[in-house]
Amino acid sequence: MRTIRFLIQKEFIQIFRNKGMLPIIFGMPIIQLLILTNAATFDLRNVQFHLIDRDQTTTSRKLVEKFTSSEYFIPVAQSFSDEKGEENLKSNRARMVLNIPGNFEKEVLSNKVSHIQFIINAEDGNAAGLTQTYASNIVHAFAMEYQSVWSSVDNPKQIKIDYSFWYNPELNYETYMIPGILVALVSMIGLFLSGMNIVREKEIGTIEQLNVTPIKKHEFIIGKLLPFWLLGLFILGFGLFVAKLIFNIPIMGSLWLIFGTAAVYLIVVLGIGLFISTVTDTQQQAMFIAWFFMVIFMLLGGLFTPIESMPSWAQNLTVVNPIAHYIQMMRGILIKGAVIGDISFQVIVLSLYSIIMLTLSVLRYRKVND
Amino acid sequence: MNEPGYAIRAEQLTKRFGDFIAVNEITFDVKQGEIYGFLGANGAGKTTAIRMLIGLLSPSSGIATVAGFDVYKETENIKRNIGYMSQRFSLYEDLTVKENIRFYGGVYGLSSSEIRDKTDFLLKKLELEHARNMLISSLPLGWKQKLAFSIAVIHDPKIVFLDEPTGGVDPITRRQFWNLIYEASSKGVTVFVTTHYMDESEYCDRVSIMVDGRIAALDTPRGLKRIFHASSMDEVFLKLARPEKVGDI
Repeated sequence: MRTIRFLIQKEFIQIFRNKGMLPIIFGMPIIQLLILTNAATFDLRNVQFHLIDRDQTTTSRKLVEKFTSSEYFIPVAQSFSDEKGEENLKSNRARMVLNIPGNFEKEVLSNKVSHIQFIINAEDGNAAGLTQTYASNIVHAFAMEYQSVWSSVDNPKQIKIDYSFWYNPELNYETYMIPGILVALVSMIGLFLSGMNIVREKEIGTIEQLNVTPIKKHEFIIGKLLPFWLLGLFILGFGLFVAKLIFNIPIMGSLWLIFGTAAVYLIVVLGIGLFISTVTDTQQQAMFIAWFFMVIFMLLGGLFTPIESMPSWAQNLTVVNPIAHYIQMMRGILIKGAVIGDISFQVIVLSLYSIIMLTLSVLRYRKVND
Repeated sequence: MNEPGYAIRAEQLTKRFGDFIAVNEITFDVKQGEIYGFLGANGAGKTTAIRMLIGLLSPSSGIATVAGFDVYKETENIKRNIGYMSQRFSLYEDLTVKENIRFYGGVYGLSSSEIRDKTDFLLKKLELEHARNMLISSLPLGWKQKLAFSIAVIHDPKIVFLDEPTGGVDPITRRQFWNLIYEASSKGVTVFVTTHYMDESEYCDRVSIMVDGRIAALDTPRGLKRIFHASSMDEVFLKLARPEKVGDI
């Protein structure tokens, strides 16, 4: 046990003496939270559209005004020809063309079926879908207003839908993104720092000196894990603090559960990192492999794209993706106030995972070579 | 096998890497308290042999004991009884002198007061007291090597293995380094040292010379010079190494 103490003391001295380290510890959480939350947004606002209004009547103007007064659409150009609109779509000046035909008001007033056209740039299918939904909602609202004002008959029977958004009632984008970004942060720190560490000792040759000491395998592994485990928990705390301070994110669940699950999750990530460092000889190799897993885990982890919309084989793969589990847990605890019973499946999977990774790294780490 | 009086015994110890035989059936023993020079050209198999003896590499065949412990099964016991200084520099460059001593002392199970005493003693002996809080990276190579040796014997091991400990340092520092070795030896520590400075081999009680994975000669420096009709160890070495090469052609 004393041996472990000396190992940990040594690691901490090295970590804090490393000039690149403090910026990583304090800079990364702030930068990631600020940039990613604000930039990587699914929200669609300020969609630029090109207007072709061939009607030029009060009614058509009222419709256009509905668009421009919403926070979703901004007019960037206007013309009477389709070609101009097409040009603007092609050059990405506009993402949508709103085309109002010449007899629009007449049709509306005469209670006939009236037509307008949206031409939407659908390179990005998701964005196009959202644009269409927003635009339809505006037209729908417009139609309802007109019906109640102009229609002589009593309102026809209609179904009114009451929406109720749970857990994130204001559909606040930051609330959804931040738990995932915190997970990414903790994962990166854990995977890279631990992965680099043993390989670095291999490169400079000190690992051989350690291997001729009576140090035990488990002492070595614990001595290497514990400093980064504590560091990971600290960075998570710091990240949460920044998120609360700047974005005022909700913390519905218990802090104990947040850090308890983080404790297990970090063992998994650090275990993967240690395992990588036992199968590689240079920091370059270790970095490359760590990146490989990081990218796959992140892209399939549900941070940027919902896991539910992935093909089923990819969804099945997420069982072995620790990041996916931990993002679900963090969102559950922070936003929904989940208690341990709600996330028991993820807790079990991650616990098993941590045991497997630790066992593998202890087995793979050899003091005697063949 | 385990008679008292021998620190190291090896019989037909062999290491193969695939088809390549790095160490080929070497047999020798080292008496307790002896300074044993393990010589050979670069690539002759010295480092491979050392790595088998100190439990970093498992042998392919043959038998060997170090401090009475088997090199196959009792590597952890061996590690408790030996010190090792590798040709690759092994102190932590980003730790200070004091921190390095404390770390290795702690890993070898020294108590805090022992570590404190050892630190003071070592720094005084090496005249490094002023460098106590300096980073290893800022020290000259000669100092580093003397410090590395002192740390390798910080736990008072029975045997210390030195793998080309004086590579790249000036003659004065080498002389000082050998004084450290003599001092350890006078306290009963067995010294197993590899070198390719032939003048250094004169300081050893006995030397063996490895050529292409085999031990080609083993005796006292004086005995070897007599056998090979040579005036210096340099000449002995050349006579041993040359015929092999000529024979190959």
